[in-house]
Amino acid sequence: MTVTVNKVIKRFLLWDFISAFGTGMKYFVRPKATINYPHEKGPLSPRFRGEHALRRYPNGEERCIACKLCEAICPAQAITIDAEPREDGSRRTTRYDIDMTKCIYCGYCQEACPVDAIVEGPNFEYATETREELFYDKEKLLENGARWEAEIAMNIQLDAPYR
Amino acid sequence: MEFMTDVFGFYFGTFLVILGQSLLVIVLILVALAFLMYADRKIWAAVQMRKGPNVVGVFGLLQSFADFIKYIVKEVVVPAGADKPVFFLAPMITFIFAVVAWVVIPFDDGWVVSNLNVGVLYIFAIGSLEVYGVIMGGWASNSKYPFLGALRSTAQMISYEVSIGFIIVGVLLSTGSLNFTAIVQAQSGYGALSWYWLPHLPMVALFFISALAETNRPPFDLPEAEAELVAGYQVEYSATPFLLFMIGELMAVVLMTALITILFFGGWLSPVSWLPDGIHWFILKMLFWFFMFAMAKALVPRYRYDQLMRLGWKVFLPLSLGWVVFVAAAAQFEWFGGFYVRWAVGG
Repeated sequence: MTVTVNKVIKRFLLWDFISAFGTGMKYFVRPKATINYPHEKGPLSPRFRGEHALRRYPNGEERCIACKLCEAICPAQAITIDAEPREDGSRRTTRYDIDMTKCIYCGYCQEACPVDAIVEGPNFEYATETREELFYDKEKLLENGARWEAEIAMNIQLDAPYR
Repeated sequence: MEFMTDVFGFYFGTFLVILGQSLLVIVLILVALAFLMYADRKIWAAVQMRKGPNVVGVFGLLQSFADFIKYIVKEVVVPAGADKPVFFLAPMITFIFAVVAWVVIPFDDGWVVSNLNVGVLYIFAIGSLEVYGVIMGGWASNSKYPFLGALRSTAQMISYEVSIGFIIVGVLLSTGSLNFTAIVQAQSGYGALSWYWLPHLPMVALFFISALAETNRPPFDLPEAEAELVAGYQVEYSATPFLLFMIGELMAVVLMTALITILFFGGWLSPVSWLPDGIHWFILKMLFWFFMFAMAKALVPRYRYDQLMRLGWKVFLPLSLGWVVFVAAAAQFEWFGGFYVRWAVGG
């Protein structure tokens, strides 16, 4: 390290501090990057992969046909499906569990689904107080589907041109 | 004053007056401290483009009070091997010495609890004793990290006290008095131009930096350095004792801003001669320097320990010592037409 006269003068004049002070004041008056989280939220992409939901057709029929592609592709093996024919002979699930503590939110299940039944919705605020609450069953997933249907349908529509 | 001595007798009346004055100063400073702590966090946040505390009260103004309640109601954890009396004495020492230092600070002409003729010496003595809070806290915790942290802090505080001492000696040579009121009065005359910052300009920067180190503020917050060196001597402290340490430290910071104001920026004197002097100038100047303290925290990266020691002993000590010699010569031979010498009391 060479010590030049210039450097010494700058050091004694606290040049680093003065220029840093200028920079600091410049940032001081800039608009804040922070948002008021619970009241304001950042933008989400239509492709955002949040909490899972099982969707229904507009007539109320479950979309899921128990093909088990999602169960097969799930890299974390978080999905468990049991299926048997319903009274009308159609193939339906009797059990559709997702262990949300295992899920890695890769989105393969919704990619694999041929009928857009299992999707990852825009909801990311589903923290729970116990671990057990994160073991989602079919009922919980269908309820999510009912609650988030509008947003999910909109997101699918917005993303459709790129698929 | 006379009314009180008439009603309650001389000794008890005087005692009551002093008690009232002390309580007034303490309460006002503690309340001010709550908002200064909030201001500190807000300034820090603003430089980093964050919002800072904004939930408790309007604009988060009551954040410090919420923190205060939190510290009060939390459980006090005492390590099993700790030396209990000393463990609890340490934060009290830090707090009490931070408070009692204020008695000699003149907020306005005559607005001082005790107009000591050796006010500067008194501040020095109290400042040195504050180190005991740190080292006692670190030792009494009976744990390795606090002990090492306490040694670190002690070395740092003592090192920078030396240079602060010499810097103040320069001002004393110019004034010829150890009385804070006299030091301020010696700076009256042509407004801001006759304050000591001009003749003692290099020492203002030195004093500011030394004050940062002396009060363990960033960039010299090695005692705490919570990210990499754990929290130094405070590791084992929680709840109210921790709160006392924190208040004591912040109060020392505010005391340093008061000292800078008195020593170099004319205390309560107005910067322009056509505006009246008064406590508002004192407060404004203190707020300015507190802002500088907060900005230094936001701007400057933390020093390494050896850099800290090198700066203290190899740069600041020779510089301030040389300055004392220079000022002594300038005062004795009245160079620059009395620029450096304004005998306030006697001569």
